[in-house]
Amino acid sequence: MGKKWTKKQKKSFQLFLYILPFIALVAVFSYYPLYGWLYAFYDYRPPKPFSEAAFVGLKWFKSLVENPVKVKQITQVLKNTFAMSALTLGTSWLPMLFAVFLNEIHCVPFRKFVQTVTTLPNFISWVLVYSLAFSMFNSTGMMNTLLMNLGIIDEPILFLQSTNNVWFTQWLWLTWKNLGWAAIMYIAAINGIDDELYQAAKVDGANRMQLIRHITIPSLLPTYFVLLMINIANFLNNGMEQYYVFQNAFNKEYIQVLDLYVYNTAMGSGSYSVSVAISMLKSLVSVVLLVGANKFSKAVRGESFI
Amino acid sequence: MNKKKSKMKQSFGDRMVGVSCYIIFSLCALVCVYPFYYIFINTISANDLSARGVILFWPQGIHFKNYLSALKIDGLFRATFISVSRTVIGTVCTVGASAFLGFMFTQNVWHRKFWYRMLVATMYFNAGIIPWYLTMMNLHLTNNFWGYILPAIVSPFNVILTKTFVESVPRELQEAAEIDGAGTLTIFTKIMIPVIKPIMATVAIFSAVNQWNAFQDTLLLMTDTKLYPLQFILYQYLNQASSLKALANSSGGGSSLAAAAATAQTATSVRMTVTIIVVVPIMLVYPIFQKYFVKGIMVGAVKG
Repeated sequence: MGKKWTKKQKKSFQLFLYILPFIALVAVFSYYPLYGWLYAFYDYRPPKPFSEAAFVGLKWFKSLVENPVKVKQITQVLKNTFAMSALTLGTSWLPMLFAVFLNEIHCVPFRKFVQTVTTLPNFISWVLVYSLAFSMFNSTGMMNTLLMNLGIIDEPILFLQSTNNVWFTQWLWLTWKNLGWAAIMYIAAINGIDDELYQAAKVDGANRMQLIRHITIPSLLPTYFVLLMINIANFLNNGMEQYYVFQNAFNKEYIQVLDLYVYNTAMGSGSYSVSVAISMLKSLVSVVLLVGANKFSKAVRGESFI
Repeated sequence: MNKKKSKMKQSFGDRMVGVSCYIIFSLCALVCVYPFYYIFINTISANDLSARGVILFWPQGIHFKNYLSALKIDGLFRATFISVSRTVIGTVCTVGASAFLGFMFTQNVWHRKFWYRMLVATMYFNAGIIPWYLTMMNLHLTNNFWGYILPAIVSPFNVILTKTFVESVPRELQEAAEIDGAGTLTIFTKIMIPVIKPIMATVAIFSAVNQWNAFQDTLLLMTDTKLYPLQFILYQYLNQASSLKALANSSGGGSSLAAAAATAQTATSVRMTVTIIVVVPIMLVYPIFQKYFVKGIMVGAVKG
């Protein structure tokens, strides 16, 4: 400390001062909120300031496993979260398949067209997706009109209020929005495959399916593995926007995932402290999942993805 | 995609693979395009027809009154202004910050590694939306336009993206400028920015789309209707529409039903028109995106 800084050190500190404002932004918006975890240990009721809230220790955490109503709610929320994440994980190979077979289309304009239009949904917001869904599937929407014209149904079906298959329909919307975009990574990887491999296999008399099975898919597996690990690390992070816009009084029981439940508990019922307790547990489990998936990746492929 | 067509005659099985691919991908494309088309033809068709849901494949009774009356809708103009402002200001800030930080993290900054890790770590954890909301409240950023901008300025993903790009720029370029006596900031503005323009474009696109599409921050932070962006206004219309539908379905008929139907008719056209208005900017910049985002996602795949 007492040593005089060399010119180089002085300069490096000056450069640090340049980035300091940005570091401050990160600290304020990403690290400072961690302080909010304290609310989980207090009885915070919004109109009153936090300084007047009483310390309650682990009361809220205990209530999560002891209060029968809460337990029932949280069990359902966890079921929803697990089901929807499991559906996503279980079908995580779809984008790869999409890319592989898109590559089998030799008519370039058609391939470009398909790629363009299937990527578009990724760039619209969930509100817009819901707007499209609402227009197509409400009681006078396209789907009901079509089904009634064909004489398949007599009464309109209220698709969006339905309590059946909520997990599946939400997965469908998610896939509709993401599939084309998720395939881009694989399409780029396919472009990187050495063409000579294909030529050699063709000389040996391989047909298209064999080329796919023995060359294309094996070359894509490393990419798939990394993305799968990232998916596992995000198992509890479904996000809330999709489920928030699609939720209504009817499907609420099946659509509430953890992220949405955290929001509804705080902003809907005003139980900030419980909500923070849940999201704190969620964050901790997520970090464990991330570290675990990364360790696994290191063990299997000798590479970490963080 | 550089696979050359095999000169050999294709076998029957190979041809079947090809044909099924065409069928499946045509369906995929249709499923992605039709919803947009469906809403568009409904906005330009006679409103009573579209409210009854009979417009399925082509417009009938074409008119453009819905777009004219959309101009008069209370708050829509203001919401557009908010959406455009946050997109423009937010994008400029994010692009500037990402370019500067991406460059600075390749320089000899005091404890650079530590600061960089501190930034990247935020990709993998977050305190949760409620603590974030409480923080924003403490900072008086609720019901404040800057609540849209400030949290989005430094995004780890974008900084990694630019940093990776800057690292691919030949070091000699900078060294030559240093010998000529240029300072770090001069090197950034005069040498670096012209070279890293492509990656700045990528960041700009990602950031603009995020700002335009953002919904959750309004939901959490804003109660002042003057600060609602288009996405939020659209959500409100949708909410009203679904409660109107519920009303029309539950009321036993008679005059209340007729009244509900009349309201539903304007509600339907307004909702669909606003949908198109919100989607059009995305469609317009989309062709420009395409050039950049593949590049972006590939660079991003290389870890920071």
